[in-house]
Amino acid sequence: MSGYVEGVLIVLAINIVYAYGAFLPIAAGQLNLGVAGFAAIGGYVAAFLSNKVALSPLAAIPLGGFAAGLIGLAVAIPVLRTRGIYLALATFALGEIVRASILNLEVVGGAAGYPVTAFIGLPTIGLFAVGIIALVWLLFAMRFGIAITAVHDDERVADLMGLNVRAFQIAAFTLGAMIAGVGGGLYAHAFNYIEAQYFSISLSISIVLYVLLGGTQSVLGPLLGATVFTLLPEILRSGAQWRYVLFAVILIVVMVLRPQGLVTGGQFRRFFGGRSNAERAEQAA
Amino acid sequence: MSASEHILQLDDVSKHFGGLAVLENLSFSVRRGSCTGLIGPNGAGKTTVFNLISGLHRIDAGRILLEGIDIAQIASRHRIRHGVARNFQNIRLMPHLSALENVQIGQHWRNRGLFGALQPVKLMPGNRWREEARAALAEAGLAAYERATVGNLPYGVQKQIELARALMANPRLLLLDEPAAGLNPVETDALLERISTICGERGVTLLVVEHDMQFVGALCTDVIVLNFGRKIAEGTPEKIRDDALVKEAYLGIETIEQRHAS
Repeated sequence: MSGYVEGVLIVLAINIVYAYGAFLPIAAGQLNLGVAGFAAIGGYVAAFLSNKVALSPLAAIPLGGFAAGLIGLAVAIPVLRTRGIYLALATFALGEIVRASILNLEVVGGAAGYPVTAFIGLPTIGLFAVGIIALVWLLFAMRFGIAITAVHDDERVADLMGLNVRAFQIAAFTLGAMIAGVGGGLYAHAFNYIEAQYFSISLSISIVLYVLLGGTQSVLGPLLGATVFTLLPEILRSGAQWRYVLFAVILIVVMVLRPQGLVTGGQFRRFFGGRSNAERAEQAA
Repeated sequence: MSASEHILQLDDVSKHFGGLAVLENLSFSVRRGSCTGLIGPNGAGKTTVFNLISGLHRIDAGRILLEGIDIAQIASRHRIRHGVARNFQNIRLMPHLSALENVQIGQHWRNRGLFGALQPVKLMPGNRWREEARAALAEAGLAAYERATVGNLPYGVQKQIELARALMANPRLLLLDEPAAGLNPVETDALLERISTICGERGVTLLVVEHDMQFVGALCTDVIVLNFGRKIAEGTPEKIRDDALVKEAYLGIETIEQRHAS
């Protein structure tokens, strides 16, 4: 395998992990635009643990994910009181707070970035990605998956059916933060260097796009979205400077032709609107 | 009127939306095991009564006693544990879930918490909760739609799935808001038979809002009539049919001018 192909596959595996981190809250009806912030927390904690505590990356990366999950849980409780566009803005601000804080943390290199000594290769990264896919698939084969979709589709009726809507929303957000944190840890150890600038809003937006374009209601959506939109720019490489234009055109075409994502069963609706059509009709009746 | 005879009792219930009083000091009781019809002209407050009992809206004043417990003081999420389940006038299924998964939502309160959330309902083919939901769908004659995403199913089928979901909660009191609306005559007859069975065999008490008076006459043992948020009559369907106040609420008062004009 050439170095180029291996490099692309590493980026692909990490992007798939990120995509599942964004998928869980989206499946529950919450748009998390701070997913890069949680990736940063996971990445820096894992890097710090393997650098300073000399932990194996195999232990440091899950611990980094755990740390991101804990922060996710702590912020989910107040932040998930907002909804729709306000939730998106609050999570965006959260990601920026994390990034700005890291810039000022000299213990992890501040603005100069943070070199990471330990290294993991494609097989390890690939196994982590497979593990994350299996974990999310398993969750959606349990009552958890039905409940998450129910909360996404109709919060009020889910509540009347006895579902603890808030607990499910917090769980989805926290698990998503944890998975994004694992992605950050993988990135840090794959490239042996991280800097705050990498975990910017544009990373969050790319990750969310993978999910929205891949499909938000199917466990396969993030996998497909991340794969297509990681590999597409590489395939278009022969187009030189024009490939980004072509890529953007393809994005728009996909959005027009498949607004519910490449994998069916999902829709954008509810992300920016408050109530469902059914709820509006019920209110009017 | 003994407490044990009535499963549900509304005491001086009031509800305002802004300055509009939808219900004012409404009181009525529902006999255990009865099939009680709640009728009245548009805007009488029938759906609001359902929304207050189920917890979709908060009550302004009064008490709602279910088996002697004031459920108006209980969080909406917990009311299903006390035995209240409902359908909706405009179907409110989860459009992205399959028919089977929607019915499984009805089981949720019986299989809740962390243990419930981790119940492998889709992983194991023989899972007890999955089999229970499949049996319920089959009993309703909906086995063919098990895997279909409900958003794409015909209206009548969606209504039946919603009924199956409510029954999956094993309710003691089932609130049905216009169950026959939008159904064709064949579907209405099938529904009538199914609801009678529910009432008879399972011992579920029914409170039904319905505009189809033939349907109410065929199904209900008791009828309560609302108008402008107040109870104006109650009794057997036969008695209600002849009640002057009820006729007035539905048809208006015949004035001397109208009589001359006709």
